[in-house]
Amino acid sequence: MGYALDFGWLNDAVSLIASGAAMTIFLIAVSAIAGIVLSILGAAARRSRHAVLRRGIAGYVELIRNTPFLVQLFFIFFGLPSLGIRLDPVVAAILAMTLNMTAYTTEIVGAGLDAVPKGQREAALALGLRPRVVFIKIVLPQALKVIYPALTSQIVIMMLESAVVSQIAVRELTYEADMLQARTFRAFETYLIVTLVYLAMSIGLRRLLIAGGNRMLAGGVS
Amino acid sequence: MIEFTLWDIVRNLLLAARWTVLLSAVAFAGGTIVGLLILFLRISKRRWMRQFAEYYIGLFQGTPLLMQLFLLFFGLPLLGFRIEPWTAAVLGLTLCASAFLAEIWRGGVQAVPLGQWDAGSSLGLHYLKQLRLIILPQAFAITRAPTVGFLVQLIKSTALTSIIGFEELVRTSNAINNATFEPFTVYGFVALIYFALCFPLTRYAKVLELRALKH
Repeated sequence: MGYALDFGWLNDAVSLIASGAAMTIFLIAVSAIAGIVLSILGAAARRSRHAVLRRGIAGYVELIRNTPFLVQLFFIFFGLPSLGIRLDPVVAAILAMTLNMTAYTTEIVGAGLDAVPKGQREAALALGLRPRVVFIKIVLPQALKVIYPALTSQIVIMMLESAVVSQIAVRELTYEADMLQARTFRAFETYLIVTLVYLAMSIGLRRLLIAGGNRMLAGGVS
Repeated sequence: MIEFTLWDIVRNLLLAARWTVLLSAVAFAGGTIVGLLILFLRISKRRWMRQFAEYYIGLFQGTPLLMQLFLLFFGLPLLGFRIEPWTAAVLGLTLCASAFLAEIWRGGVQAVPLGQWDAGSSLGLHYLKQLRLIILPQAFAITRAPTVGFLVQLIKSTALTSIIGFEELVRTSNAINNATFEPFTVYGFVALIYFALCFPLTRYAKVLELRALKH
């Protein structure tokens, strides 16, 4: 074979790859935080007394979990404008990622809430704490501790899945790779480098989250 | 300009969905075969085999599927293979599925009590027979629910092959959308078709999970 790998283009591309990676990190940071907050609300609503609320959340979770992220993204970005809702690509990407992630993490957080023994709640209520305080100070920290590893995995999975938002021209890592390979005609080398960047980012993100979780959860979140 | 009725849109989408189903089935079958090989390496007694399988799984679980597809699509021609979107799609999804399935089944193998291996060897069975007759049937029984759950994930993943040019449901819907300018309807129907494919499987996985909990 007469093909030799050529990485000569890499010098000029480093800053582009870095800015793409920064965008990917920004997207996942925003949607992870929003997703976790929303899924705590979702999981609580899933266990509320109002049947409508329970059904609504359950339907939303099933709808998102049984359709591809790419289709959700296209629906939000291309479909919603016909209802008069026109979104900037970055906003559409964050919205799609948050909605997608919330569906998965609602189930995870819910499992965590169910894992906290009932006695904990009863004991706290018996001490005269208000129900909201009991949830935030007693039940939630214990639940988060149980589900932290699963949440970590879900965030990493979402980060990898965010590669498809390049399809609506959000200038993240994959988009920059597409642009680079169109310019250098070195598609394989470009995607190889970018794949390695993704690999490093997923390993790094996982380590960071685990280290952060150990510091934050060892003494309990208060 | 050709006029598209609603029925035209739906019919074309349903026809394209056949390719989604076919790709999912082929990739799941291929992923099962390759996944078994990776599983054998992953639980082997030799360190380097275990290490290799661990890296293999880590590589596919730690990088976006879209990148894996791109690397195959652009990389294999460099090695002299003529490659079409279908080949790259099947190969990429098969390899990715094998990594995930091997990891799921490894959990099953580890959940089988060690005494089962000992019992097998005391019956005079050699390693492969212990695996085939005693360990794997139990490991598969335990992991039935996550395996079906992964099949759902795989079906959804086939949507990504539209980006490397494979004519499945999403790519067809893009083309229809470009002709009809009705993205709300088109992508709404696409979501419904995926939902119709995946929801029964999700339900089935739930049933299997509950059944496993009862035992």
